[in-house]
Amino acid sequence: MNLISMRETSKAFIEDILKTAKKHEKTAREKKVLSTLDDKTLGILFFEPSTRTRLSFQAAMRRLGGESIGFNDAHFSSSAKGETLSDTIRVVEGYVDAIVLRHSVEGAAARAAEVTTLPVINAGDGANQHPTQALLDLYTIQKEKGKLEGLTVVLAGDLKYGRTVHSLMYALSHFGCTIQLHCPPSLKMPESIVEEVRQKTTVEEVTDFTQADVVYATRVQRERFADPEEYQKSLYVIDADVMATLKKDAMLMHPLPRVQEITPDVDLDPRAKYFEQTFYGVPVRMAILETLMEGKNP
Amino acid sequence: MTANKENEFLKAKKIENGTVIDHIPKGSALKVLSILKIGDDFPGTVTVLMNVPSSHYGEKDIIKIEGKKLAKKEVAQIALIAPTASVNTIQHFSVVDKYVVQTPKKLEGVMPCPNPNCITRREGESHLDVEQTNPFRVRCAYCEKVYGEDDLKAALE
Repeated sequence: MNLISMRETSKAFIEDILKTAKKHEKTAREKKVLSTLDDKTLGILFFEPSTRTRLSFQAAMRRLGGESIGFNDAHFSSSAKGETLSDTIRVVEGYVDAIVLRHSVEGAAARAAEVTTLPVINAGDGANQHPTQALLDLYTIQKEKGKLEGLTVVLAGDLKYGRTVHSLMYALSHFGCTIQLHCPPSLKMPESIVEEVRQKTTVEEVTDFTQADVVYATRVQRERFADPEEYQKSLYVIDADVMATLKKDAMLMHPLPRVQEITPDVDLDPRAKYFEQTFYGVPVRMAILETLMEGKNP
Repeated sequence: MTANKENEFLKAKKIENGTVIDHIPKGSALKVLSILKIGDDFPGTVTVLMNVPSSHYGEKDIIKIEGKKLAKKEVAQIALIAPTASVNTIQHFSVVDKYVVQTPKKLEGVMPCPNPNCITRREGESHLDVEQTNPFRVRCAYCEKVYGEDDLKAALE
């Protein structure tokens, strides 16, 4: 009844979430309210700031008829006074029916899941995992491409510290996708993830996007670089010229926020799907909340 | 040196109550002492024998510690640094227990996760699952990062 890491999430669970999300898409689009979780309260504990993930969880809980409480900055929690994460979780356990946790420290969600019997959903733990993002990414791909099986997906940008791409690697491995990695040498995907995913599907390094059915761009994070010159060298830009090299039926995704890696003129290209992608966060998170709060295991 | 001469040599250094760690790979004795946190303030007699001729390993190190019995956690730590080591528990000049160190399948609280941004560096006990032994590889049950033998040795030291 927890969702901590895509590494240990089964294909059956993923397919179940995608199917349930499809059921909820109309409700989310029409901004209707169901009564599925009308007696439940969700604790949204964000020790790191967030816009999309937090708001879409709040919206998802609202659409299911439930309520949500929580904080979006560790400064407004007792952790600022030195309280341990375990103690915070034990306290919040008395107020809510499930916990969504974002934390800058890796393994925080796994630790939280140990100290409570409530469902814990990892909404990002340091540079480790972001499984709900991976599920909405899969839903977006399936929705826009009509399938997941056999696609060629390029993951671009910061593959070393980007938790969304770590989770997406594991998620895509269930569907026989060819995964292509496009990144500067200093931001390569951790070898342990590549090695594990390679046991299930093809993983290769590329320097262009020409074979892609899906391009998944991520932000290169300035704060990861000690040397500003190295940061500048690691930047990449997807503009109209790069889009011209993509297949006509390819799609471009980004977990957002973007900084400079996709120029604004690309937004008008019908292959740019990142704003649709953010919307799909609502039905997918409705599916996750409904499934876990009803006690099903990933 | 023959096996008999080796035995005679060891007998000459007998302790009354404590532990003899034998078959430590040559050059690792001081690392083992460091893991056991045995320093100037340790009250018992500690004998460190280095580069001792060995019929099995060519040369080996031996440590004899008067007045100390090893805890499970310490044995697991020694297994990471000195996988061939054997531990002899001594009572009244006799060996009452003897075993070769073994790395457990789970290293719980044995050593910190080498990832400085792992939750276990802030709270709770570390938990490293041994995924394979040759080459040695562990995965943290919390942050999911994977580490090899050298990473763990560096974290222990």
